[in-house]
Amino acid sequence: MVLNCRHVWDQISDYIDGSVAPELRQAIEEHLAHCRHCAAVLDSTRNILILIADDRTFEIPVGYSERLHASLQEEIAGSK
Amino acid sequence: MRDAELIARILDGERELFHDLVRPYEKAVYHATFSLLQNQQEAEDAAQETMLKALKNLGNFRAESKFSTWLISIAINESRARLRHARVLKFDSVEEAPTDEEGGFTPSVISDWREVPLEALERKELRELLQKAIASLPEIYREVLLLRDVEEFSIAETATALGVSEGVVKTRLLRARLTMQKILAPQLATKRSGVLGLFRKRAGGSWF
Repeated sequence: MVLNCRHVWDQISDYIDGSVAPELRQAIEEHLAHCRHCAAVLDSTRNILILIADDRTFEIPVGYSERLHASLQEEIAGSK
Repeated sequence: MRDAELIARILDGERELFHDLVRPYEKAVYHATFSLLQNQQEAEDAAQETMLKALKNLGNFRAESKFSTWLISIAINESRARLRHARVLKFDSVEEAPTDEEGGFTPSVISDWREVPLEALERKELRELLQKAIASLPEIYREVLLLRDVEEFSIAETATALGVSEGVVKTRLLRARLTMQKILAPQLATKRSGVLGLFRKRAGGSWF
């Protein structure tokens, strides 16, 4: 199976998730070994996903948890 | 199982335990509402409303899905309802939604990309860059990216939370991830100086 760059891009998300079939995975890896553009697309996508998964990307407002539980407490106490 | 036991006890009258039930998920709920609403105050209000609705409707929760998936789907519905309301107010409801059609997407081809230093995230500018990129995604892509890549839901859980098929999740996820790459890779790779210079310094080699 020989893939061009577009085929690889179309599979890149499933490839990152490890959900492509073994034969396709092998073909993608062969392509990546020889195509530094696609290798860079893969690396950059993966790294961006690491960055957005980091807790610090979305800060939680100060006092969010306290306000949330206070409002829940009001509801819990009120409906007793 | 922790959640199942807590839910049973809450429904049995120990309502105070609801605090413990939702505590592990309160951040995820905020992330979900914020990623859609893009406004701290609105997101916090929607998160609070989500939790109150979950408390009121806990008896309707069915254990076929995980409690966290159910909770996040309430958060998403709450946020969508607020967005719809805001759009109606702005007479903006004809906004064209993207489709799930395949093909035609080209990522940003940069010649090299290696290590990403996580400590760079402490820098406000990078955080803002990431948030801006996420905010610029169409809603349907933002939702899947948030659930799958921020909250690390499985494909199946993401599909359940959004009420779409797994195939649709995968298609949207591909678009969402490649769009993020297209927006961010050139910005992260070509900043030669200033706060993002760290990327260059650490990665070495050629970026162009």
